Order: sequence, then C-alpha cells, then structure tokens
Amino acid sequence: MFDVLRKSLSTGVVTTPYPNLPPQVSRQARGKPEIDWSNWKDARPAAAVCPTGAIACSEQGRTRTVRFDLGFCIFCGLCADADPAIRMTNACELASRNRKHLIDSATYDLDVDGRQQRILEWRAGFKPETPEESGQALRAGIDRVLGRSLHIREVDAGSCNGCEIEIVGLNSPIYDLERFGVHFVASPRHADMLLVTGPVTRNMELALRKTYDAMPAPRLVVAVGACGCSGGIFGQNYATCGGVDQVIPVDVYIPGCPPNPHALSHGILLAVGRLPEKRGAGAQH
Amino acid sequence: MNLLPSLQTVLDDLTQRFGPQMQPAHSPRPNELYLRAPVVLASALCSILYRKYQARLAGVFGEDARAEHNAFFVYYLYALDSAHGFVCVRVPVAPEKPELPSLTNAVPAVNWQEREVQDMFGLKLVGHPNPRRCALHDDWPEVYPLRKDFDLRTKLPPFHGERHKFRKVEGEGVFQVPVGPVHAGIIEPGHFLFSVAGEPVLYLQLRMFYVHKGTEKLFENLPIPHCVRLAESISGDSSFAHATAFCHAVERASEVEAPPRARALRTICLELERIYNHIADIGAICTDVAFVTAHMHAMRLKEHVLRANEQLTGNRLLRGMAALGGVRFDFDEERIRCLRTLLEFLEPEFNSLAELIRSHSGTRDRLETTGLLKPGVARDLGVVGVAGRASGFDHDLRRDFPHAFYDQVTFTVPVFTEGDVQRRMVVRREEVLQSISIIRQVLDKFPPGPIKTELERVPSDRVALGYVEGWRGEIFHWVHTAAENRLARCKIKDPSLQNWPALSEAILGNIIPDFPVVNKSFNLSYSGTDR
Repeated sequence: MFDVLRKSLSTGVVTTPYPNLPPQVSRQARGKPEIDWSNWKDARPAAAVCPTGAIACSEQGRTRTVRFDLGFCIFCGLCADADPAIRMTNACELASRNRKHLIDSATYDLDVDGRQQRILEWRAGFKPETPEESGQALRAGIDRVLGRSLHIREVDAGSCNGCEIEIVGLNSPIYDLERFGVHFVASPRHADMLLVTGPVTRNMELALRKTYDAMPAPRLVVAVGACGCSGGIFGQNYATCGGVDQVIPVDVYIPGCPPNPHALSHGILLAVGRLPEKRGAGAQH
Repeated sequence: MNLLPSLQTVLDDLTQRFGPQMQPAHSPRPNELYLRAPVVLASALCSILYRKYQARLAGVFGEDARAEHNAFFVYYLYALDSAHGFVCVRVPVAPEKPELPSLTNAVPAVNWQEREVQDMFGLKLVGHPNPRRCALHDDWPEVYPLRKDFDLRTKLPPFHGERHKFRKVEGEGVFQVPVGPVHAGIIEPGHFLFSVAGEPVLYLQLRMFYVHKGTEKLFENLPIPHCVRLAESISGDSSFAHATAFCHAVERASEVEAPPRARALRTICLELERIYNHIADIGAICTDVAFVTAHMHAMRLKEHVLRANEQLTGNRLLRGMAALGGVRFDFDEERIRCLRTLLEFLEPEFNSLAELIRSHSGTRDRLETTGLLKPGVARDLGVVGVAGRASGFDHDLRRDFPHAFYDQVTFTVPVFTEGDVQRRMVVRREEVLQSISIIRQVLDKFPPGPIKTELERVPSDRVALGYVEGWRGEIFHWVHTAAENRLARCKIKDPSLQNWPALSEAILGNIIPDFPVVNKSFNLSYSGTDR
C-alpha cells in the first residue's frame, strides 16, 4: 500500500499541457505532407507510389487535375521520397468538420512532355483550427448545451486496432482526457459522442447502425483515422463499405494512420464546439 | 537441391513410404521443402509429420489455380521446430469435385483454418466435426471471395438481419449471456456467447470475423510495394512484425537478402514492438483485477516507448519503417543515443513496476490458477507465442528459425507449464527484460553498411514463406508471385487465429467477471484473425 503511494508521489504529474501548449510531437514525426503546389512539376511519380490513392491525377487534353485527399493519407512519406515538391511536416492537428476540407486540388497546364507548367485553378480544402479556439469551444459547448460532461462510446467498426492503441492512450495519465470532463462509457445509451474507427466492414455495418440508433439525441459522430475518414488503404470492396460516413452521418473527421492522442484530443474538442448547432436539428428525433 | 540435412532425412523417409505417389519435391530454400501429393495422401502425410516428427501444422490455406493447373491447391504448412525447417505439402483439388478431407479430427489446431478454406474457396470439407461457416458470416450469400473469378469490388446485396444459429446449452439453472460485437471497453469487435450455471462458465462460443476486410484478396490487387503498407494494417499492434514478415517472404521469393544493418534494425524494431505491447498488456491485466495504479504506470512507460518509436522511425507504431530488401530509415548517432536513453530509463522503471505488481498479493491472488490452459490442450490446439510458452509449449521462431539478426544475439525463452493468467503475465515480464538485452546486444554489434538491397522487380511464379516471431507469436506470410510486380496469392497467418479456440478452453469453470482478464492475458488480435 505504502509502496503504491510512494511510487505515485515520486512519479509526480506527467500530464501533457496540451491544448494550452502545442502538441509534444518530435521533429522526426511524419504528419501532414506539405505540397508546393505552385512549383509542382510532375505529380505522376508521387501518385504512383501513393499506396492509398491520396494523391491522384486525372488528365484531360493538355491539362491535369491533381487531387490530394488528406482523408486517405497514411503519412507514409513515400511521396516526399519520390518528389521534391512534397515535404513531410509533423503537423497532427488535422481534424475537420467537413470532409471536403480535407481535399486540396489543382488543375495544371501541361507541356509536351506532360510536365506541369502553371496552375490554372487551385482549390484549397484544409483550414486548421487552433487548439485555443477548440478548447474554448469545448468549455462553451459543454456548459451551454449539456451542462455536464461529454460521454464517448468507442466503436471499432473494422479497424486494424492501430487507432484503438492511440484511443486507449487518451485515458493514460499523459493525455488524461478526463481532465476535460470527457469520459469513455460502456453503453451507447449513456453516450453523447460516437468515436468510430476503421473502414466499416460488411459484418459491422448493422452493429454500427444499431449503436448509433441507441444513442440519445443530440449525438455526435467522430470518424477516426484514414480508414474511418475514407476507407483508407482498404477502400470499398466486397467486405467493406468504406468510410464511416457511408453508413452514419459524421460530424468530425480525424485523419492519420493512426492519429496520435494529440490529434484525437484535438478532433474531440473540435467536435464538441459544434454541439449547439446539432442540438437544434437533433431535438426533433 | 540445397536442403538442410535434417529436412533431407524427413524427405528420404517420406519418399521411401510414398515415393511413387508423389511428384518430385523441390526446395527453393534450404529450410523450405515443398511436396506435391495427391489429395488422398494428405492425412497420411499429416500423420507421419505430426506424430513421428512432432511437426506443428502451422497453416492450411488454399489457392485458386484453375487457370494454370485446372485445380484448386490446398497447402499444408508444417513447422518442424527441432529440424529448423518447414515442410509445405501441396495437394490439388479438382474443380469438378471440390471436396477436401478434413484433418481436424487428427489435428484440432486446424479447425478454423480448414473452415476458412471452405468458406473462401468453396471446397467442401469431408469429415469435419463442425463444418459450419466461419470466415464468412451466415447471412452472406453463396460467394467464394478468394476464387479468381470473384472480383474484389463485387457489390454484394444488403444483409437482412442476423441468422446465426448458436449452439444451445440446456439444463436446470443454465442461462446464456451474449456479449458483443460492440464491447464495453475500447477493444475490437467479436461476439462471445457464455453459457453459465450459476457463476462458472460451462461453455463459451466465439464468433469472430466481424472485421473481415478482404485483406488477402486486396493483396492480389495491389502492386507489391503497396502491399508492404497494407501489411502494416493487418494488425495495428503488430504493424512492423507483419510488414517485415511480408518483406521477408518477398525477399525470399526474389532470392535477395536484407543487408546486415537492415537485419539489425529490424531486430531492434521488432523488440520495441514487443516491449510496448507487453508493457501495455501487463498494465491491462492489472486493471482487469482492479489494480489501476499499476496500469497507469504501465501506460506511462508505454508512452515513452511510443515516443521513442516516433523519434526513431517517424511513427509511434513503427509504420513506414519496413521496406522490401531492408528498412527505410537508418539510425544515426542521435537516434542511437535516443534509443540507449530509452533503455536506461526503461529498465529500472519496468523493474520497479514489476516489483510493485509482484508484491501486491491481491493481484496475485486473482491471477494465479485463473484461466488455466493445460499443456496437453495447448499442444492439441497448437497454441503459439506467449500463451503457448505459458502452457509448456517451448518454441520461438527467433531461436528455432533465426531470422533478422537473432542468430547474432543471445537470449532465453521463458517457458512455464502452469498455463494460468499469472504465467502469461510473467512470460511477458521476462520477455521485456530479454528484449532490452537483445536491443543492447544489437547496438553493441551494430554492423555498418547499407540498409537496403534494391529490389526493383520481383520475379514471377515463385513461392516463398516469410516468418517473424511477433510479440504475440509466430507470423507467417506465404506469397506466390505473379507477373508485373504483383502477387497471385498472399496468405497471412496471424498467431491470433491459432489461439482463439484456446480461450474457449481456458475460460471453462471460471466466472464471467474473470473473462476480461483471461481474454487480456491472451490479448489476441481480432483484425489479424479476421483480416
């Protein structure tokens, strides 16, 4: 008994100061790839090495449209190895409320060799939200709407369990999500939020729907990881339906393979900021 | 043929017995012997290998070779631990009579694998004690996804509810408790149906394959370099082990060997994966018997390892590190320093945690004699890895089939015969300490040189077995290469598939509240099982 106490006291506080300070991610970490769109000469080699199709080209006559979908990206960095216009950053706060915000695309004029000469049109998707904003949104959201803490039910709808490893980390003393009044609960009937991982498999589709239906409104759904956002490397096939939004409506997408606990906290905080809007619509259920 | 002498002895014996009925054997690598026999010989060969040579029937899998050979092939992969070699028996099954004699009655370990072959290829099992569907759920239509004429992107009609018939357990006071697929904790989906009389569990029926993602079929549809990344997503907690087993298989098929430094780096990463998973499991076992403080300390240590993984390889789960022909990133001086610092921090911290748990009599009381898996049962079910070693099954691919850098380091394999939760935890504890020692030895002998052998194109129509002792147990990837840098077939064998039926045995007579801790002591991967 005294040993247990002594060990806890001598260990001290280990919890991260996030979100009040930036995430503690090493320099070497691979996060969001950064593309130098205006100096990109040829997107084809990067598209060829991309294992998930996050970078995709389509050609029409003398133009090429290149699309980068962060929702598919597994941050492997193979594109950056193949293409000097791409650089890996360690950015991990990538969650977005809108699936379209994860997609950047550009249309290029081509020269005779098929190299990209200049941008004809560029459509930016990603708009990062600061953790400060999200943290405030969380407090405001919980206080105004729920007047109580946020309860999360996690559902693995087909993941490889990589995302689960990081979600479990949210309950560790390092990330300690409970300091925000956020709890993981055992039943969807107690939950305000569904945290869903994996490409939804054919065998889990019904269970996911039932879990969602069992939740009281207003309810939030957060899709976790490349597979949860888009189907990831598995995509859609005879056994999977693809991303979570193919089966139930999704409020926030958290890219990553898997997203680290900072990225998960960020996404969860972001989602709670949206609760007031949701409540109006959800109350009709 | 450049065959290991120990395998040559086996081959000579089998040739003498069955010579005229078998086609010539071939051995693409010294420890990998392929026999081609008619289907009627399958059980006779099994009998000799299993009984006389104590071979483990480590894998049963199919392949649709109707286009080239007008037959389905079924492969029986035997691991001969003492001979340090593999024997793979290939039998053809005629498409006009798609039937296969079942070996489950002789070798209970292949129960699920045979049924998976039946589900995926439509080869009917003859004589199987429980030939119901396993890999595809009952409400699936009549499809055989691993046949070549089945397209990966086939859109199947929607489901109409649950139609699975569970086995009835009846008697006075007997009731059934269904659990899952969505569980109370943050774990993967599976269905457990407990039949209990009062408190003790009489029977546990498992229903898996909820996260079947068509992974093996997907391997046949991707270029080989992309498959490395897919292999990282077979089971997230074994990302590096699975990807390395896959790379190992492709390298063997291409007759290429990873350079020494790459093998050293692979060994380090495999051991880091073992360390973080074992620490997490030890903590989770403690929390399941209400010793939460130990769990918190374990999670704190695990986080240190994950952050070191990120500094070393750019990803907390070591993703992106594996590569065909070697590894992707070298460890410079800064990274080696980071790794040594981690080990110096981890060893005393882990020992202190282990001592905290050891001295906690309440924890010990809950773990000892809980979830017993007797050695005889473990042997019949072919239980591998941590669970096998806690039940007296003394094997470890790192020692018996040295891969990566394991032939250059010394370590001991902890084996116990009690087979309870406590021993499965102690095996993990011992293995963490061995892993720390292994990494130190590798760093002391760190060979200089390249980290990758170029492997631009993989030759077609080669078969090869890749193997790795992951933290959970042995992982096999068997590949058959095709033209244009693609695969005709990739069989993935995660240790979980082998160990699930043992959980049903270990829980018998225990109470339901002890199920979480028994389950955690095995900690099997649902995704690795279901693929």
